[in-house]
Amino acid sequence: MTAEGKTLLEIEDLHVDFLTDRGWTNVVNGVSFDVGEGEIVGLVGESGSGKSVTSLSVLRLLPSGYARTPAGHVRYRGRDLVGMPPKELRDIRGNEISMIFQEPMTSLNPAFTIGDQIAEGYRRHKGGTRRAAFARAAEMLDLVGIPDAGSRVRDYPHEFSGGMRQRAMIAMALACEPKLLIADEPATALDVTVQAQIVALLARLRDETGCGILFITHDLGLVAELADRVVVMYAGEVVETAPALDLYDAPKHPYTAGLLNAMPQLGVRGRELPTIPGRPPEPWRMPEGCRFGPRCGHAGEECAAVPALRTVEPGRSSRCCRIEQLHLAGSP
Amino acid sequence: MTQSDSVDIRKPAAAPPGKDAGKDAGKEAGPIEPVSRTRAVVRRFRSNRSAVIGALLLLAIIVVTAAAPLIAPYGPAQVDISDRLSGPTAEHWLGTDTLGRDTLTRLMHGGRVSLAAAALAVVIATGIGLPLGLISGYFGGVVDWLLDRAADILMAFPAIILTIAIIAMVGPGLTTAMVSLGIVYAPRMYRVVRGSTLEVRREVYIEASTSIGTPHLTILRKRVLPNIMPAALVQLSFLLASALLAEVTVSLLGLGALPPTASWGSMLGQAFLEMRTNPSLAVYPGIAIAIATLCFNLIGDGLRDAFGRETRKAS
Amino acid sequence: MLRFLCVRLLAMVPLLVIVSFLIYSLIALVPGGPEVALAGSNPTPERIAAIREQLGLDEPFLVQYWNWFTDVLHGDLGTSFVDSQSVWSAIAHGFPVTLSLVGLTLLIAAVLGLALGLAAGLRPGSWVDRVSTVTASAFMALPYFWVGMMLVLVFAIQMRTLPAVGYVNFTDSPLDWLGHLILPAFSLATVPTAVVARQTRAAVTSVMQEDYIRTAVAKGLHPRRVAVKHVLKNAAVPVVTAFGVEANRLIGATVVIEQLFALPGVGKLAYFSVFSRDFPMVQGILLITAVLIMLVNLAVDLSYGYFNPKVKMS
Repeated sequence: MTAEGKTLLEIEDLHVDFLTDRGWTNVVNGVSFDVGEGEIVGLVGESGSGKSVTSLSVLRLLPSGYARTPAGHVRYRGRDLVGMPPKELRDIRGNEISMIFQEPMTSLNPAFTIGDQIAEGYRRHKGGTRRAAFARAAEMLDLVGIPDAGSRVRDYPHEFSGGMRQRAMIAMALACEPKLLIADEPATALDVTVQAQIVALLARLRDETGCGILFITHDLGLVAELADRVVVMYAGEVVETAPALDLYDAPKHPYTAGLLNAMPQLGVRGRELPTIPGRPPEPWRMPEGCRFGPRCGHAGEECAAVPALRTVEPGRSSRCCRIEQLHLAGSP
Repeated sequence: MTQSDSVDIRKPAAAPPGKDAGKDAGKEAGPIEPVSRTRAVVRRFRSNRSAVIGALLLLAIIVVTAAAPLIAPYGPAQVDISDRLSGPTAEHWLGTDTLGRDTLTRLMHGGRVSLAAAALAVVIATGIGLPLGLISGYFGGVVDWLLDRAADILMAFPAIILTIAIIAMVGPGLTTAMVSLGIVYAPRMYRVVRGSTLEVRREVYIEASTSIGTPHLTILRKRVLPNIMPAALVQLSFLLASALLAEVTVSLLGLGALPPTASWGSMLGQAFLEMRTNPSLAVYPGIAIAIATLCFNLIGDGLRDAFGRETRKAS
Repeated sequence: MLRFLCVRLLAMVPLLVIVSFLIYSLIALVPGGPEVALAGSNPTPERIAAIREQLGLDEPFLVQYWNWFTDVLHGDLGTSFVDSQSVWSAIAHGFPVTLSLVGLTLLIAAVLGLALGLAAGLRPGSWVDRVSTVTASAFMALPYFWVGMMLVLVFAIQMRTLPAVGYVNFTDSPLDWLGHLILPAFSLATVPTAVVARQTRAAVTSVMQEDYIRTAVAKGLHPRRVAVKHVLKNAAVPVVTAFGVEANRLIGATVVIEQLFALPGVGKLAYFSVFSRDFPMVQGILLITAVLIMLVNLAVDLSYGYFNPKVKMS
């Protein structure tokens, strides 16, 4: 944990709308959290919670025309990325802040070699010759654990397996030694063994390079292994933030408790996994008051009012207005 | 298996939420219910503004050219040396040519010849290409292989060069030209129909029909033919555009419609000979050809969009 | 790659044999036979018999074909009925002209079509898109020879800025070469430009949805570089396919355009031969165009391997 470290990324009151059949629909509603230097923050939620949208809006990668940011700030070392001139933003993209995407199968361009795609970003930001950039690409592939990296830089993506492609994506993201790495479900599309390898790789890279990581996932189990701090999102809002270990021991929001309860346990057989009843609300049909209310087993009258995210303990905040009355079980 | 049973085969339509959900689901039901599909296609075609304009304009052109002998202000060969090369006047809206013949009249009569010639070529191409494509795609095997190679061979020549080569052997004339062109275009219709038939064949309902002993001819007529029509119709309208251009090319070169017969091509050919002295002669036939071609293209595009996914792969 | 090329070239051989047979068989379409056509206005039986003897038409048809075909394999396409010059040298003489014309046309179509299609495809629904789409539709409908006539009217007859007719070798004067070809090339380029623009637009809009485009943007690349490098190469396959089809059509269109602009190419030769019923010349030209088109198709297929590395060259 680097709570005393300097803040690298500061997201403040971020709002994002999407253009749908029903006009502009809000999908991210006032999200705020920080990532410190060298810190790994896990951003957790179900699909549709707005976690991916939040991560994509950091580097403004949402399709313009279909998405807009009506309010909020995304500050990288004090500089607001929202409204930054495109040229300045391009100097940050892939250089200071890099991204790893969910789909290693489709996120690499099939028409160019792996080495070309890594070298391209490196030359864009660090300059140098083509040869030097290719050498850097090979070095990066080696760093992420691709055997025989020197010859595999000349391979095309289809010649790589899924796990190797994701390693290549990570190599590409790290080529310019970014200060912040945003990993949007980097392991979801891969099988479990490869998942574990990728997570271990990210942890090692943080230790070696000292970069901060914003790790987006729907899998609390992965976050437990990797993250220092966790931000839980539900229906476009942050519902809880906490140091990872504390969150597992004693969640401060019924939604987090539900997620923890739904986690499969290694070595525990025969236990039927409890699930959270119902489905996340659609963005154009948000419940009044607490957005989790309709699915919450602890909901009471006071939940009809819109709850605010508030500090409940030092370093912890929750959006549940009844949290003081509840005793929620941690990870079983 | 009844038709409604086969509805289960298709993938569940991922209808986007919203008021159009029901309509979109209907769109997906393509090859299953021919009647409602036809209606849906007509509705989609009619909502496409440029396609409708193309269709109406083409209809107008066909009516005006077909009725040329009745409504044209003069005879197509009516010479008036005293009023040659007049600009647009009250008597001659589009002026007259070197022999004092009325340009509007000749355009109307010429359109008759040009459009009929294009239609002839496309009818021949379809008459050969459609049945062979059906056979090839439906039965496969040696027949398919042979027919496909034959198509390869015919497609190894530029259509216009092969057509004029045939004319060189047989001798000039518009009918010869268009029959040759029909043969040369046959592989283009064949390819589209064959591809479309292959797709339809894969659909399970054909297998279901075969298993209960329906004769091949019945399956072809009742099951395959209605489903390849979209692709064939789209190709038909584009072939008409090409055939019109080919008629004009051949007549322009003096190998098709021969003077004094007016056709858009022969008028343009005459204009070409006199380009230095009377450059304005070239303008109107060219515009007529361009408008007719545009109509065919707009209708073809409109049909393709209206048929939606059914023709996407085939053409 | 080299093996693939050899296999494909070998596969062309049987096709060429059949194509050549078909070309030779066309002579059977001549009413009364070529000797009647050749005998002219006074076909006495003696004269016809002499011509038959001279052309070897008394031999069985297959023997005639075989003689012609073996000659072709030795590089002898026969001699012209009209002026007795060798068919091969006549075609070779016109070939550079036609190749220059077709090449320049394809270049114009590629540059204009890609630019229009890319501009439209990067911003679907924008005014650029609408202008590009309307331009493409108009280009599709305009008959190329009419465009040629209008260009001659405006630039050669009215403004007198460019020559209307004739040809100058590139080696003699590149500038004059271009001056003589630019009007015919532009008139031929309308349809291919429209086709390339439409294909490019469709391909670019679909590629723009791909995840790897977002990856490229996330690397900090300039949008222009993303478009030119990452979008275009992936959008190239349908565009190149369209290019092949258009090259085929263009070779046919040279017959009219070379006539219109009095360019001494193969197209003009074809026209003259058809009119004078010079059968050996017509057959030679057909054979050469067929070979040329097969080579174009092969080049298109080979390019797929470059644009899409997943296509294995085997």
